[in-house]
Amino acid sequence: MTEVRKEPYLLEVKDLQVSFYTRRGIIRAVRGVHLKMERGETLGIVGESGSGKSVTARAILGLVDLPGAITGGDILWNGESLLHGKGAKARARKVRGKEMAMVFQNPMTSFNPLYTIGSQIREVLKYHLGMNKKQGTERATELLSLVGMSNPKSRVDQYPHEFSGGMRQRAMIAMALASEPKLLIADEPTTALDVTIQAQILELLDDLQSRLGLTTILITHDLAVVAGVCHRVRVMYAGRFLEKGSAEEIFGKPGHPYTVGLLKSTPRLDELVPRLYSIAGSPPDLRLPVTGCTFLPRCEIGEDSCGVTEPLLTGKKGAREVACYRSFEAESVIEAELEAEWEALARADD
Amino acid sequence: MSVTAPPDQLGGPTVDPVVVDSVQGARGRAVKSFLEDIWRDKAATIGLLFLLILVFTAVFAPLIAPYDPAAQSLADRLMPPSWMDGGSTSHLLGTDNLGRDVLSRLIYGGRVSLLVGSAVVAIAGTAGVLAGLFAGYRGGRTDTTIMRIVDTQVAFPGLLLALVILAVVGPSVSTVILVLSLNGWLVYARVTRGAVLSVKQRGYVDAAEMVGAKSTRVVRRHIFPGITAPLITLAVLEFARIILAEAALSFLGLGIQPPQNSWGLDVAIGREYLFNAPWLVIFPGIAISLTVLSANMVASWLRVRTNPLAREKRFAQDTMKHDLGSDGILGSGDAFTDDMYAEETEGAATL
Amino acid sequence: MQTTEPLVKADNLSVKFNVGSTGFWGQEAKWLSAVDNVSLHLDPGEVLGLVGESGSGKTTTGRAILRRVPIASGTVTFKGQDITHVKGEKLRNLRRNMQAVFQDPYDSLNPNQSVLEIIAEPLLVHGLIKNIKEARPEVKEFLDLVGMPTDAVDRYPHAFSGGQRQRIGIARALALKPEFIVADEPVSALDVSIQAQIVNLMQDLRSELNLTYLFIAHDLSVVRHISDRIAIMYAGQLVETSDRTSVYDRPSHPYTQALLSAVPIPDPVVESQRKRLKVVGEVPNLIDPPEGCRFSSRCPYVRDRCLAEAPELREIAPKHEVACHFVEDIPALSLAAMGS
Repeated sequence: MTEVRKEPYLLEVKDLQVSFYTRRGIIRAVRGVHLKMERGETLGIVGESGSGKSVTARAILGLVDLPGAITGGDILWNGESLLHGKGAKARARKVRGKEMAMVFQNPMTSFNPLYTIGSQIREVLKYHLGMNKKQGTERATELLSLVGMSNPKSRVDQYPHEFSGGMRQRAMIAMALASEPKLLIADEPTTALDVTIQAQILELLDDLQSRLGLTTILITHDLAVVAGVCHRVRVMYAGRFLEKGSAEEIFGKPGHPYTVGLLKSTPRLDELVPRLYSIAGSPPDLRLPVTGCTFLPRCEIGEDSCGVTEPLLTGKKGAREVACYRSFEAESVIEAELEAEWEALARADD
Repeated sequence: MSVTAPPDQLGGPTVDPVVVDSVQGARGRAVKSFLEDIWRDKAATIGLLFLLILVFTAVFAPLIAPYDPAAQSLADRLMPPSWMDGGSTSHLLGTDNLGRDVLSRLIYGGRVSLLVGSAVVAIAGTAGVLAGLFAGYRGGRTDTTIMRIVDTQVAFPGLLLALVILAVVGPSVSTVILVLSLNGWLVYARVTRGAVLSVKQRGYVDAAEMVGAKSTRVVRRHIFPGITAPLITLAVLEFARIILAEAALSFLGLGIQPPQNSWGLDVAIGREYLFNAPWLVIFPGIAISLTVLSANMVASWLRVRTNPLAREKRFAQDTMKHDLGSDGILGSGDAFTDDMYAEETEGAATL
Repeated sequence: MQTTEPLVKADNLSVKFNVGSTGFWGQEAKWLSAVDNVSLHLDPGEVLGLVGESGSGKTTTGRAILRRVPIASGTVTFKGQDITHVKGEKLRNLRRNMQAVFQDPYDSLNPNQSVLEIIAEPLLVHGLIKNIKEARPEVKEFLDLVGMPTDAVDRYPHAFSGGQRQRIGIARALALKPEFIVADEPVSALDVSIQAQIVNLMQDLRSELNLTYLFIAHDLSVVRHISDRIAIMYAGQLVETSDRTSVYDRPSHPYTQALLSAVPIPDPVVESQRKRLKVVGEVPNLIDPPEGCRFSSRCPYVRDRCLAEAPELREIAPKHEVACHFVEDIPALSLAAMGS
């Protein structure tokens, strides 16, 4: 130990395991996730559907429900476990909902259609901060204007269905902020929104983060969304992190073949290529036991030896880590391959 | 439409045996999974068993019943059940005011109840489902017209309509079936229409129309298979309701007429002897309640079985208890996610 | 090129939906103008990318061209034949030449049908085969064509991933050997790594089978890769059309500029240096649309004339049309200036 931390991390996730017990088999959705959140940072978790990114978030918030269950690991809040030991349950109840809040993908289902937005935010204020009706209404109005809603005084008395998609997402962020949380987890907050509205919401999240000093976890399938907003990025695949680093590092010099593949297969607005790169195949079936690297069947540079033991994140601790035996070798290989393909296409056209 | 594949693509020489099992294999597995599933719900198992016994005794009534249900024996009138003072083993459940064997009357009465129940479910179900499919799929004016007829009839007291018809036509088994069917199709029409409206939104229905399938094919192959689950549950519940309604009509003297007998009619006859021969009311009463209860148990199991989420939850609970013991589950809150909540309530609302 | 007749043509197409509330005797009329006066054409073998956000009317335009929604006014022409009012058996026959690929592969395949039934259904309903079994060899060929293993033929949709399901959906659309396919957001429900697979497949099929696509999407970056020309819609109207490069090099309508600005680029360096045109607000209510330009409520360059008079598409450069009164005065926002 070279350095002893005085202050515990705001949130620490240790070897988190989440499984789903379905009739078709046990799906090991999260297989050992480690995470440390410093106060005030924004972390982006990128992954495709089934990668376990949303399940991780739900597990942190205690929202994993049957048929799923946390089967191992620990979640620490300010150094205290929310899962194990005496008083963990009571602590978890206090922390979840108040100190951490979540913004979901679909804002429509997160509101009760029968109550006004104001009264739903008031409910949170009453429960967590003990505010009375008058204080609650005042604060709800403040919150709505904080998330950039015009005319918050009249918006407070409106029902969810009177809000457009973007407005609802703003209202949901306002509600998440009502309990004055320290950690905000946003699970695909813009996926259901149009791109111009997405830009507005991302800007709002960015703005709130710097103004309120919020610690934020942004979960998304869209690499491009992460690029603009997050300091640190983790790439998740088949229930584990494959790569972590700063946004500049990951986008500038991706280390894992999967990250390279994702970047190359995402069409970019600012460049036109003759043909997109595509990662062959599909993600592994997590009901089956894992032997070796989970990405091996789709990997361009995989070798037989990769199939023996699963690679772990290695690299400079706390900064750039890649879970690959041949890290940083994929980019040049894939680029050369693509160029050859483009040339062949050009020749065929002539 | 069952989940197992229709026979035309099963078998055949080119079929990969790993991908598709033989017909027997697939069916066998379906039956096994059905049995395993209902076994977990003990109440439904008992309910289903009771209904099966009922069907069996109704079908083989002449072989099982010890006496002719109409055979009078004035010497043996109002004999109590065998375990009571003055009872005899020759009449297990005693006899009625005309000396007829109560057990035999129960067995034959069940015949009528089941006949009326299943005939009404079949007739009203078919009519209602067809009307609902038509209204829901065609939409527009067809929908408006059919649903206004339904609304209007719902607003009209069903019992009054039944009384009028029975008074005009005269009571008999077939009139009872007719009257109850006239009243019963409404709920099928409404449930079907609602289900069709939601299945119609599905992309695969759009796709079928897009490739040029005619509307009969779209309804038969794409819409109907998607709505059978709630309809089966509804039919079982309706079956129970019809049995009660038939009993009520017979009790009022407007249903089954002597010499035929039914449980409701027996209750009506026994009413006059309620204090000195309570078994005349109790046994047919129990038969009615048990049948209705059984049908409801089966229906509530069916509802869970056809709700994938509820099914998965129950399965997970069982496996985890088995695999891990309850200590293995960490921090699993009772928090319901929104989607799950929506799914659960949606399931409940349609029924 | 100039002399070829367009395969598909829509002229002044308008679609209105009745969104009135339901009373005892049916609906009170209240019209939502989903598509307003849209004209476009597709030459044989061409891919037109139709881009817009939700409520832009892009999907409805596609469905109107396929004759899947009632057309309020305007005409649709297919191979020189007016199909605006074609009905019944004739409309059914039209399906053999125009098909659709749908957005959500989890929703567009019937879970109760095997892959064989799904792909053979178009053949069966058009009487090209007598029974499903007969189609087995042909269905296997189609599976092969879309890059699926042929043993998928007897399996059911739940056994497949999103990308594989979309391939099955494409095979179904190809079964009748149509010339024209409307692909409505065919990749937006798929994962990034799968999107590229499907886009590449559609490109291959296009050159192999000489298909014409109307490719509907909200994602400008995906559309760019597959389209020859781009048409951008906003609130039921076309605001800008051009070939695949002009819209990106010289986006001219303020909405196009805003749309391009909002698309994130997976590169933190580019992201931080980009010039952006930010707009506030959302799409106007189309039950009672604004009188002038429909973008006027969000446009940063709005002037009096925009509120009074609706702009028409006019050519600002060869094959580049923009519907804006003051397009010449709008500051340029090119992708080159966005960084890199």
